[in-house]
Amino acid sequence: MKFGIIVFPGTWSDMDCHHALGIVLGQRVDYIWHKDTDLSGYDCVILPGGFSYGDYLRAGAIARFSPVMASVQRFAQEGKLVLGICNGFQILCEAGLLPGALLPNNHLQYRCQWTYLRVENNALPFTSGVEKGRVLKIPISHYDGNYYADEATLAELEAEGRVVFRYCTPEGEATEEANPNGALHNIAGIVNKGGNVLGMMPHPERACEELLGSTDGNLLFLSIINSM
Amino acid sequence: MYLAKVYVTPRPTVNDPQGLTIKGGLEMLGFENVKSVRFGKYLEIRIDHRDRAQAEQQVREMCRQLLANPVIEDFRFDLEEIEP
Repeated sequence: MKFGIIVFPGTWSDMDCHHALGIVLGQRVDYIWHKDTDLSGYDCVILPGGFSYGDYLRAGAIARFSPVMASVQRFAQEGKLVLGICNGFQILCEAGLLPGALLPNNHLQYRCQWTYLRVENNALPFTSGVEKGRVLKIPISHYDGNYYADEATLAELEAEGRVVFRYCTPEGEATEEANPNGALHNIAGIVNKGGNVLGMMPHPERACEELLGSTDGNLLFLSIINSM
Repeated sequence: MYLAKVYVTPRPTVNDPQGLTIKGGLEMLGFENVKSVRFGKYLEIRIDHRDRAQAEQQVREMCRQLLANPVIEDFRFDLEEIEP
């Protein structure tokens, strides 16, 4: 199993992902500069959090045209695993690999805090090691995390079980108070039709050691590792 | 040579917290008759084209491919001929 972490100018969570996968979980993991286009040999590619291209124009709008993204499109079409975290989620939406868009948080505040996520679908390589309905403690750190899609798209996502994570209370209730950004249907993460491209706003790589306050993020990475 | 003035605005169905906040600010200043504010982006693009139709087509493509995200934004633009 080999992970590739894509680094755009302005990416900031690449080293956190590298630490979680390489040091904590002992996996083979490389950085991939956004101008590289060779993704052969990788089983899972991660688009980490940050502010690629300064979030100019819209979060993820410019990164989507980086040379590596055509390779990521092909990689996804081949059914290999793509995980977009935070800015990575925004880039995947801009690239059309995932539906919808991430708007500014409804309160216009940058939020860096713990959130609780209810696992809605565990029939995916990203979540296969977690019980459905389990609540994960994983932090967010973003300004543009307010998930939006039109009614028809939302209905399709819900009907097909493609909402993977929903913001909830520690007890697992998806209430308005537990929603940190105004995301429709409390959506924190979604998957594509093929089930191999996942985008999520929370940062699992920042919940990988007890010292950090949670190890729940490892459950996602271990699911990926054990699915191979 | 043409100058394109491009306006990108949130689609009507999209919640616009920045517009709402600005509306609140205007109301605090006493502009109580403000019914709504929608916050968007404005770009000026100079394009080297002799042909107006071609310039127009190109700006439309720019908007579709990059300047506006059709999921959340609408765009429109004005095109005026300028001295090179």
